[in-house]
Amino acid sequence: MAQKAIREYDAKSILARHWDKYFPDFTYAYETVLVQNGSELKELAKEKSWLNEKALVAKPDMLFGKRGKNGLVLFKDQKPGDVTLEKAAAWIDEKSSKEQEVYFSFDGDTPTGEPKVDMLTHFVVEPFTPHDQSEEYYISATVVGDEDVLYMSAEGGMEVEEGWDEKVTEVKFPITATEEEIAEKIKANVPADVKDEDKENFAKFAIGFFKAYRELNFAYLEINPFVMQGNKIELLDMVAKLDDTAGFMMVEEWGDVEFPTAFGMEEKSPEVLAVEEADAKTGASLKLTLLKPEARIWTMVAGGGASVVYADTIADMAGIEDLANYGEYSGGPTTGETKFYAETLLDLMTREKDAQGRDKILIIGGAIANFTDVAKTFTGIIQAFEEYADKMKEVGIKIYVRRGGPNYEKGLKDIKEAADRLGLDIEVYGPETHVTDIVRMALEK
Amino acid sequence: MAQLFTKDTQAIFWNNNKTAIQRMLDYDYTIKRETPSVAAIVAPTSGNKFEKFFWGADEIMIPLYKSTTEAKAAQPQADVLLNFASFRTAYDVTMEALNLGGFKTIMITAEGIPERLARGMNAYARELNVTVIGPATVGAIAPGAFKIANIGGTIENIINSKLHRAGSCGLVTRSGGLFNELSNIIAINADGIAEGVAIGGDRFVGSVFIDNLLRMQDNPEVKYMILLGEVGGTEEYKVIEAVKSGKITKPIIAWCIGTIAKHYSSGVQFGHAGASANGDAETAEAKNKAMAEAGIHVPATFNDLPAKIKEVYESLKADGTISEIAEPEINIVPKVRRPKQFICTISDDRGEEATYAGFPISSVALPSTGKGIGDVISLLWFKKQYPKWATDFIETVIKTVADHGPAVSGAHNAKVTARAGKSVVESLVTGLLTIGPRFGGAIDGAAEYFKYADDNNLTPKEFLAYMKKQGVPIPGIGHRIKSLKNPDLRVKGLMDYAAENFPATPLLDYARTVEALTTSKKENLILNVDGTIGILMVDMWRALGYSEEEINEFISSGTLNAFFIVGRSIGFIGHVLDEKRLAMPMYRHPMDDILYDVKKAEKIEK
Repeated sequence: MAQKAIREYDAKSILARHWDKYFPDFTYAYETVLVQNGSELKELAKEKSWLNEKALVAKPDMLFGKRGKNGLVLFKDQKPGDVTLEKAAAWIDEKSSKEQEVYFSFDGDTPTGEPKVDMLTHFVVEPFTPHDQSEEYYISATVVGDEDVLYMSAEGGMEVEEGWDEKVTEVKFPITATEEEIAEKIKANVPADVKDEDKENFAKFAIGFFKAYRELNFAYLEINPFVMQGNKIELLDMVAKLDDTAGFMMVEEWGDVEFPTAFGMEEKSPEVLAVEEADAKTGASLKLTLLKPEARIWTMVAGGGASVVYADTIADMAGIEDLANYGEYSGGPTTGETKFYAETLLDLMTREKDAQGRDKILIIGGAIANFTDVAKTFTGIIQAFEEYADKMKEVGIKIYVRRGGPNYEKGLKDIKEAADRLGLDIEVYGPETHVTDIVRMALEK
Repeated sequence: MAQLFTKDTQAIFWNNNKTAIQRMLDYDYTIKRETPSVAAIVAPTSGNKFEKFFWGADEIMIPLYKSTTEAKAAQPQADVLLNFASFRTAYDVTMEALNLGGFKTIMITAEGIPERLARGMNAYARELNVTVIGPATVGAIAPGAFKIANIGGTIENIINSKLHRAGSCGLVTRSGGLFNELSNIIAINADGIAEGVAIGGDRFVGSVFIDNLLRMQDNPEVKYMILLGEVGGTEEYKVIEAVKSGKITKPIIAWCIGTIAKHYSSGVQFGHAGASANGDAETAEAKNKAMAEAGIHVPATFNDLPAKIKEVYESLKADGTISEIAEPEINIVPKVRRPKQFICTISDDRGEEATYAGFPISSVALPSTGKGIGDVISLLWFKKQYPKWATDFIETVIKTVADHGPAVSGAHNAKVTARAGKSVVESLVTGLLTIGPRFGGAIDGAAEYFKYADDNNLTPKEFLAYMKKQGVPIPGIGHRIKSLKNPDLRVKGLMDYAAENFPATPLLDYARTVEALTTSKKENLILNVDGTIGILMVDMWRALGYSEEEINEFISSGTLNAFFIVGRSIGFIGHVLDEKRLAMPMYRHPMDDILYDVKKAEKIEK
């Protein structure tokens, strides 16, 4: 997936690194730190004096919003603006010591839906910034359809989220818009409610913001709110996604940026991580998502489109409760890469027997390949069979193969012979059989 | 243009992807195309000038170029760019082609081009009315006319899937693998496809479903369309709009894959980068439902798609919209092929009479043809028919350099060898072997240095300074005894001939200004015969329309020396025959003509 969320801390760091280029008329103190526990924060205070000198704000930085409503923003001990380093460190240790419930949606102040439960592991700590509500503004940018859209509002924080339609000015830009056109259009669309004395500065800031969004390859960039006090800017809260396909050109610009798993998302299994790592290293494509590892039907399908068709068909015919995984391999992986991918699946598949004592089903499917050598990729699968044949027999697996493309006759013959030799239960079909028909066959038995 | 490609369409293939190019050429051969569908290959890091490919059992050469600009200049008729650059460079390659102009279609195979770059490139192409296929695609095909790279897979699969001749379906998919699968399904259940495009799996692709379907609506060969969409995006709704508004009237069969996505709240990326639903309208279910409501033929599941295709096809056949297609004859690509070890592009002895660059020998050899040795040279060396003023000039050069007396080193060598009792050929080659930088080489050198000075607009003074810095006396300048007042008549003859017959002599004109400067320093620093020949050869090639690069290549490959070799061989053979005729004895050099200065060798202790 091309668009990946980054931490608030990283979003601020990226803007701070390029501040003078995009916001030459403004200052930003960039007083912010990212820590995992209280002692780390105290350690940082030795070099960053503001952590000792200023009142602090602390909040989790784990790709979720509504932190205020979830009671996860520390800004007061007795009264707003009195949080000391000591207090912040203690609060972080407390919040990270046990699982926390976080609601992602609210009706007013009442949480709705089910909370996600997870550990809090990353916190951002910044100075408490006393300011007037009227100095808070909202700005964000993203791509909608084929156009970039800039959203601006004279009101920041919760207010803007709750009165989006009335309070936000939307400006759309085609990708071909020039800097002059963009500047012109932003100047003409500064929200009417922005204070008169701030209007010119607001436009300047918005122009720089949108330029940074474009040039630094953000897919989504939001500051809600930012505080504007003359030429002094504070970024109180940020949300950002980067287009990670641009990573190769943004090495310098982004610096050392992390793409973390969001709060409440299951940590990826080591197997999935291993496949991701292998995918990153090859020109081919290797993808694996575990849906329900204890389920009965496993798929090892070639091709981004075909893999979806198989998943659709299994969902239709057997139901999703029987589908263990989704994944695909394509783009001409080597024999070694295919072997690794097949072994990963077979390893996961042979850990437990089916709870109801049925045979498990392995669908080795694929459309008619354009250029992937079927015999070569099947050699990798056969090698994996050889490793796992005993375990496969113990668990009980029926294998259904359907594939076409370069060298498919040899590939099908090889895999049939290997399975027979190893005593595995297999049925093999070529392009004369409809692509997903093996799913029907497997389920009818 | 209602058709994406015709049987004359030619492409420039960016990246020397030999397997994919061979697949295209096998396809061309199978469907009996007259020209290869790949006119040129861009291979920025290759030092080669061409790559050999099979054409049936034979082989053909496809020229290689360093850049798209060079390739397009040499092959202006090629209006398709197949951009096989990596995701790092694919954008730059596309933009260069768009700025260059002259491309109707650009196909981009790379997956994961930065989104902002992809969007910019797609928008720019749209503005210029260039169809972009991809990024992240296997391409497109117009069966029986033109196929991009690997689409359709192996030639066996292509024939099985009836992709070797036009059928009546227009096919548009996102996925490349399923494109192939659908071609097969359509071949089994209907009569194949007329045109097919896999638009690509990235989130931002150039031409989208509606662009391709609208073109197919206008293409009379397309009788109905099949659209295979995916969960995510709203492109299918544009198709629905076009059907509702009557812009598309041909029947459409459509299905969106990814119905499974509804079962998983978020986080599971099914299939391509473009396949992720934001909101209900982008789910496969909603799109399938909306398409069915608009009168598009939507099957119950993907499994029912073949039956649906058969049903629509049969009804179109029944009402006479589609008629039976006659199966064309095809060439069969041989299973076993051997690459050729040697290539010949100048002459051919396989026919009735051997030819020189396509001309039977008798048509240039006999006096009645009016052709001379200059014509033969122009055919066999340059594969061109030079005009008479040029072939006459070549002959004049050969005659001029035929001999320069017995004392020059080459002739002397030939004479000494002949006196040792060796044969004509042995004696001749000892003479020829002296030809090089010091003997005869002034022709090459003069052409090279004077051309360099002229190309770089050096004034005569700057040129002299440059040569001084190089530490080389100017080749082609200076004579033992001749001067401006006492001119070399051979030189004068060549110059007069050029003045009368050459369309222009820019390099000679420049050389004369250099000569004016050198002779002002020393009387005998005139343009000599070697210099004049080298310089006038460059002027001849310029007037014949060769590019500066081509002329530079003639110089660096030693073509100028070759004129000297041919001419002087006549003289050497004369000297050898002279020795034989005179029956001269073995030659021994007089000892008193040698300075003996031999010291006792020192011993090296280390």
